[in-house]
Order: sequence, then structure tokens, then C-alpha cells
Amino acid sequence: MDYKDYYAVMGVARDATQDDIKRAYRKLARKFHPDVSKAADAEVRFKELGEAYEVLKDAEKRAAYDQLGRDWRAGQEFRPPPDWDAGVEYSGGGFNERGQAGYSDFFESLFGRAGGFQAGGFARAGQVRARGEDHHSKIDVSLEDAFNGATLSLQLRVPEYDAQGHLRERPRRLQVKIPRGVTSGKRIRLTGQGGAGHSGGPAGDLYLEVWLRPHPVYQVEGKDVFVNLPITPWEAALGGKVQVPTLGGRVDLNISAGARSGQRLRLKGRGLPVAGEPPGDQFAVLQIMTPPADSPEAKALYEKMASEMSFNPRAHLGG
Amino acid sequence: MVGSEQSYQPDIEYRFTLAEISRCCGVTDEEILLLVAEGVLNPCEPTGHEWQFDSGDLSRAMSALRLERDLGINPAGAALAIELLDEIQRLRDRVHLLEALVFQR
Repeated sequence: MDYKDYYAVMGVARDATQDDIKRAYRKLARKFHPDVSKAADAEVRFKELGEAYEVLKDAEKRAAYDQLGRDWRAGQEFRPPPDWDAGVEYSGGGFNERGQAGYSDFFESLFGRAGGFQAGGFARAGQVRARGEDHHSKIDVSLEDAFNGATLSLQLRVPEYDAQGHLRERPRRLQVKIPRGVTSGKRIRLTGQGGAGHSGGPAGDLYLEVWLRPHPVYQVEGKDVFVNLPITPWEAALGGKVQVPTLGGRVDLNISAGARSGQRLRLKGRGLPVAGEPPGDQFAVLQIMTPPADSPEAKALYEKMASEMSFNPRAHLGG
Repeated sequence: MVGSEQSYQPDIEYRFTLAEISRCCGVTDEEILLLVAEGVLNPCEPTGHEWQFDSGDLSRAMSALRLERDLGINPAGAALAIELLDEIQRLRDRVHLLEALVFQR
């Protein structure tokens, strides 16, 4: 197992006061809190920080940790000395207020497994009949699957205590029917698929928070779908009928003469379906593409336009 | 192995009573009531029935309670943080949408 440098994690000196440590924790916690930060590693950083603070804020644990000496480097292979905590007394309890996943092996080898970790904060009390914990997880769903509905085969990592009392992640495969019209942030519930009940209590539920995977063609905002629709200058100027891809298949769209770049044309009801509500719309956002002047003929056409059309797009700039 | 996997039909539209959402979040009813008072949670109250919270309320409650616990802020602070985070998310999504539409290809 790797040595962890808790002072480095918190960015404080080894002789930092308790006030310094608390200040550093609060500052970094605001920065890396998974509800606040969008950084991919926010959760890992926040967990590390919580663990470091758990040790350094507590005079007993900090003294014990300091006793290991200062010659260790973060990531170095570590084995606690057999009698490493001799002479240090623990008052016990008081670990963990976060109710999140467990601490590192390094932490557990020094301070034991922190009790009372269950999500939702239920103590696992002896033989008391108790409901199992709810589990929460996130799943990525493609836009097509959200539009059509689909049965997805998921692999979840379920936190579990092994025979030695360590928190481990057990892979679990299951198939879930994704309903038609789920949107990002929606939490679907699988009743009774959470943690097992204790002493005959009912099982907890499994909640899956849905996230729509970014799509190469479509952008989604709520239940509305946007697509960038390139058109030619003559389609824009003269109007015409073009085909637009939608999640439900291609549809014809009439472009009226004099269309502009950035103009949004609405295809009513072609967005994402939502149970109990009117479906979203699709918007085609026009983008006028200029053909390259890559042949003598094309060049001649542009030159003809230049000489025959009195068009000044910069008139309003006084130019 | 696909054949051996069980297939599950999830609940989409579900509601919680005050007691249920409190249990789900692992807190007392009082802590949930504080979040209702701050407007973080908006239970609907069908006439003659008790409050009903939806899945959006569950997400916001869990987020607010984590912020309270981890950052040492009170429910009013958590409410402000949640509102600002929602607003930032909306703006980020908008920027992302506009960038994708304007700068594509």
C-alpha cells in the first residue's frame, strides 16, 4: 500500500496550527466538492482531502500520523511498523461525518475501518431488523436510446464490506429498461435493488441518475433538440426545400427566401418526448456555407456577382 | 452472459412523503423541513393529502445536505449555493449549445 502525505494533500506545513488546517480544508473542500466542481477528478480529490482532514484535525490521529516520521514520500510503498501506535490512545468514534465511500487502505491500516459509513447514515445495529441502504449511481444514455427507449446492459460497481470488513467494490451486471423520453438529471428508481436488508428487513432501492451522452449531430437543451443545418447561399436567397435529420427520421423543411445565418427554424414536437407533457421541439439553426472558388467557372460566377450586385454587408459599420 | 442478467423496469414518476425523503437522505424530518422553508425543495400538496416530493427534490436535498455537512454551511447557505450552481449549469449548457451551433465545422 502507498504512503499518503496528508500535509501535501491539504497544502499545509507539518507545523500548521489547527486553525490553518481547518481553513485549508474549508477552502479546498469548496473547490473540490463534487456538487460544486465539474473537474473529472473532483470526487477523488475531495475524498483524499476528507481523509487527510480526518487525520489532521484530530490531535490524537495527527500525533499518531506524525509519529511515522517525515521521511516518507507520497506514493512510497508503506507498511506500518508492528507497534506503530503504541502509547497513542484513541477516544474512538467521531470518525466520518460524510457518509460517503470508505477511506484508503493506508488510512485503514493506521486507524482501522471507520464505522457507520452506510449511505444514508443508518447505523448497522446488531440484530435490529432494518431496511437496506439505497444505492445511487449515474448512467450514460445515448440520445437515440433516450428518444426511443431501450434496454441497456449496465455494469455497476457496488460498494460492499468483505469478510475482513474492508469496503470493496463488487461489479454487478443488470439490464434496465430505459423509458422513452428520459432527460439529463432524471433519477430513475429500481425498487428493492439497493443494499440487502438487515435481519429480514426490506432491501433498499437503486437510483440511477441519467446523463445524456454528447451527440455528434444534435445538441440538447432540456427536451429541445438543436441541429446545425448548413445551407447554400442560393437556398438562403431563393428559398427551397431541404431535408433535416431528426431523432425520428428525416423530415422536409421549407426555407423561405431571404433566410439568414443563425436563423432558427422550429420543427414542432420533434424534440424529446416527455411523459405527461407535450414533447420538445427540434430547432434547425441555419448556417449559410460559401462554396469555394476552386474552379475557373466558380471564380467567374463570384466575379459576376461582385460586379453586378450592389451588396455591402458592412454598410452599418460605415465602411 | 446476457441471458443470465435479470431485466428491470424502473419507476419513472415516483413521489416521496416527508418521512420517505427524510429516510432516503438519512436525516430527520426537521432537516428536510428547513430545506422546504428555504425553498430548496418544493413539495406539492394535493388537497387533503400530505406533502409529495419528486425525484428532483431528492436530488436537490441530497446535494444541499452534502454541502451543509461538508462545507459547514447552514440551510440558507446551501440554498444559495444550489441556486447559483443551477444557474452556472444553465449558463454552461447555453454556452456549450451556442458554441456547438456557431463553431461547428
